[in-house]
Amino acid sequence: MREKILAVIEKNSRIDIRDLAILLGESEVAVANEIAEMEREHIICGYHTLINWENTSEEKVIALIEVKVTPQRGMGFDKIAERIYQYSEVNAVYLMSGAYDFTVILEGKTMRQVAQFVSDKLSPLDSVLSTATHFVLKKYKDHGTVLCDEFQDERMLITP
Amino acid sequence: MRNPLSEKIVTIPPSGIRKFFDIVSEMRDAISLGVGEPDFDTPWHIREEGIYSLEKGRTFYTANAGLRDLRVEIHNYLERKYELSYHPDKEILVTVGGSEAIDIAMRAMLDPGDEVLVPQPSFVSYVPCAVLAGGVAVPVELEEKDEFRLTPEKLLEKITPRTKILVMPFPNNPTGAVMRREHLVEIARIVVEHDLFVLSDEIYGELTYGEEEHFSIASLPGMKERTVLINGFSKAFAMTGWRLGYACAPEVILKQMLKIHQFAIMCAPTTSQYAAIDAMKNSDADVCHMRESYDQRRRYLLHFFEEMGLECFEPLGAFYAFPSIKRFGMTSDEFANRLLQEEKVAVVPGTAFGDSGEGYLRVSYAYSLKSLKEALGRIERFVNRLDGR
Repeated sequence: MREKILAVIEKNSRIDIRDLAILLGESEVAVANEIAEMEREHIICGYHTLINWENTSEEKVIALIEVKVTPQRGMGFDKIAERIYQYSEVNAVYLMSGAYDFTVILEGKTMRQVAQFVSDKLSPLDSVLSTATHFVLKKYKDHGTVLCDEFQDERMLITP
Repeated sequence: MRNPLSEKIVTIPPSGIRKFFDIVSEMRDAISLGVGEPDFDTPWHIREEGIYSLEKGRTFYTANAGLRDLRVEIHNYLERKYELSYHPDKEILVTVGGSEAIDIAMRAMLDPGDEVLVPQPSFVSYVPCAVLAGGVAVPVELEEKDEFRLTPEKLLEKITPRTKILVMPFPNNPTGAVMRREHLVEIARIVVEHDLFVLSDEIYGELTYGEEEHFSIASLPGMKERTVLINGFSKAFAMTGWRLGYACAPEVILKQMLKIHQFAIMCAPTTSQYAAIDAMKNSDADVCHMRESYDQRRRYLLHFFEEMGLECFEPLGAFYAFPSIKRFGMTSDEFANRLLQEEKVAVVPGTAFGDSGEGYLRVSYAYSLKSLKEALGRIERFVNRLDGR
């Protein structure tokens, strides 16, 4: 049941428990319990909203920063990551394989703000060797959802 | 001027679906639950293969029977799924949808006066195709009490010395009925006893719900040589617009079907065939995902039908439910028309699929949850009004 619940709510976290239970052929109580359990186990870590900020009047700049670090004695990658992810403007931090160590996704109001964060906060960290900042120009698809096109049912109304 | 038309074609009534379609098309803001095709787009990797084939300039005819690579993949697929083994060079023919396969199978097998047993309610094409091929279509009226399965009794009742073909439309459009192995065994026994042939339309085979998977009558002992198996890409792979299906049959039948196909069609669309190779090879996960999604919506629809007191047996195949409206004392046509006029929800009257569909509606659940919810709300309002609630 877990996988099925997750598959549905990953795409639609606002579905009500009753509908979800009907879809899965389970009782409401069982589904609610399972979800609560998964919240406790940190399998479900939150219920966010996918917003296409481009369609609002809000100014937002998103940057992806490649960060190279030297892990220091007694301080593995996790510790460094923590130093980075504690900043509220940091949206995501991933440890990477390959040419650099961390991907940091950053949100700011302006490019200057992002630049300032990189130069004032990120680069001065002891373990950080170098950074490369890439600004996002346009989001086409996010969280498995295509942002730019509107769904239209193009089927004929009645077919055999 | 002389009458330009053939008497035979003029006497065939137009599809009951068509009539309703014309009414619905004039309604603005109607919600339709009347569609007989998936609401998914064709998976991108399949579409991409079609696009590549165009880029590479693969714009020529293929062999009449279809690309050999595709026939080999169909062979592999049937072996993997249903333990059926058809020879790619002699027993498989790629057609323009399952519909073409129905047509040419009838034409290859029927002589004037031969009878074709057509269990109904069922897809709209069997009867006209039988008639156009010179046969006589004999409806076998299926009933809800049998969960719309073909029973041995009903079959025996309609067999005459002229009976040649039995159409087996399962999983069924419009009822959603399925026939399990144990049911098919009994039918197969009668088929062999009476020396009949089976046209088994398994286009919805992948969309079977519940514990058991789809089982093909052709895989029963002695049945492969008596069966024309029809399947296609439209439903399982969400490829309706590509117009691609296939027929598998013993060489002696398939050879003649190929002849008709050769003269009437040449070959199925080349682009679609290249895309279909990928569909056969790489789509198990997509099919699984779509099946699960239909299954969820199937439960959803049934739940609310039950809640609003719309009686409906549990469909275990395709993506339709077939609720009974008998208790309202209206014909299917009246009910569907009033539902459309009063609540702007389009469903198809059961009678579009044969007289035995009277008293039922075909409701498709190949729609988003949001549309289903909205439509169910309206249907409930309508039913409550009829019930004086």
